[in-house]
Amino acid sequence: MSLWEYANPVKFLRLSERVQPWLWAGAAICLVVGLVWGFFFTPDDFRQGSTVKIIYLHVPSALMAINAWFMMLVASLIWIVRRHHVSALAARAAAPVGIVMTLIALFTGAIWGQPMWGTWWAWDPRLTSFLILFLFYLGYVALWEAIEDPDTAADLTSILCLVGTVFAVLSRYAVLFWNQGLHQGASLSLDKEENVADVFYFPLLVCIGGFVLLFLALVLYRTGTEIRVRRTRALMARETRGANLRAEEA
Amino acid sequence: MRALFFRDLALALRAGGGFGLGLAFFLIVVVLVPFSVGPQSALLTQIAPGVLWLGALLACLLSLDRLLAVDWEDGALDLLATSPLPLEGIVAVKAAAHWVTTGLPLVLAAPVLGVLLNLAPSGYGVLVVSLALGTPALSMIGAFGAALTVGIKRGGLLLSLLVLPLYVPTLIFGAEAARRAAQGLDSATPLLLLAGITLAVLAAMPFAAGAVLRVNLR
Repeated sequence: MSLWEYANPVKFLRLSERVQPWLWAGAAICLVVGLVWGFFFTPDDFRQGSTVKIIYLHVPSALMAINAWFMMLVASLIWIVRRHHVSALAARAAAPVGIVMTLIALFTGAIWGQPMWGTWWAWDPRLTSFLILFLFYLGYVALWEAIEDPDTAADLTSILCLVGTVFAVLSRYAVLFWNQGLHQGASLSLDKEENVADVFYFPLLVCIGGFVLLFLALVLYRTGTEIRVRRTRALMARETRGANLRAEEA
Repeated sequence: MRALFFRDLALALRAGGGFGLGLAFFLIVVVLVPFSVGPQSALLTQIAPGVLWLGALLACLLSLDRLLAVDWEDGALDLLATSPLPLEGIVAVKAAAHWVTTGLPLVLAAPVLGVLLNLAPSGYGVLVVSLALGTPALSMIGAFGAALTVGIKRGGLLLSLLVLPLYVPTLIFGAEAARRAAQGLDSATPLLLLAGITLAVLAAMPFAAGAVLRVNLR
């Protein structure tokens, strides 16, 4: 019994279907509890007023936007090294979710930034690197869509993902160098000093948990769809081949 | 490898337009800027380093489309792949030829166009140095992008989408160095970082491009 058994699509589907209801339910519970708690039962911040509450969408989505790319990186590496199709399909399935997370983070950031900084957008390191991450996602998805043969597409996008990761990290430090920041430092870290106040901290943690579960559920669901799409395609190809053979015999 | 390099150079020179097109595009970008932002010389002085870098980058991007596509279409790429040369070397040589035909003219033309944009006198030296350091990285990254999209019909637009985010660090450090020099500040740090990026790209990118090309030629 090893983890690699789930590289078999049938086993993967069986497991993911068993796990998915729990993930969806957990995500729903966490999001409802976290967001309601955050929006209605936390005090207003003494400086930012009620606008601080957008943190419950902004921080988790930004976190998941980065982690989605990281997950794609791991999945791509597994595909390159061990060539498990489920892994490549999982990377493909995660990308659009990552795009949406990036967009949520960018939009909530703009909505938050307008009253706080007096501007919708600033060319600040954090904001800019997120915009670049968004471009990386777009290129990745576009490359998947552009190539017919699924194995070639998986190979090429995996390498693009690896190269993109290196350059994403590089861009992150490049933009830091380029301009002074307006964005605050990390809201959460293992270092206690930097954390937001406890009143905001616990609902935020619940929200992040909800986003993680939602992401997992979405990726598993989409991966399942990808597997089925590919299976359908294989069946149809076999069908046409059989029909051609019969036509030749007749 | 040397033969391949000179073959690519000769092809680019004789194909007509391949050599001059990038330069002409660079000129067009630079000429259009005063029309779009207004001809105030103080403003132009301020944005000149960034505009020159952006123009060079776009001119480089413009010619990437044909970097591998021509050889792909007439089957020369398959022949090259079956030759004893490693694919990594082929891509690197092609990137080098691309740099000589597009990057190098841009480096040489940049000071002349700097006059048009009223670039501060202190900026010329560093602008040329930064372009000379940065454009090889642009060509090599572009060769990777071209290798990625070589099998795709009309991959040009996709190519720019894939390559542009990869160009960001190079652009930032290159333009930063030129800007600092134009303002009379010390620009050693961004220049060193730019050189670091270029060296890293030249060292690692041929392998990524070779791997990608191998997949595409499968």
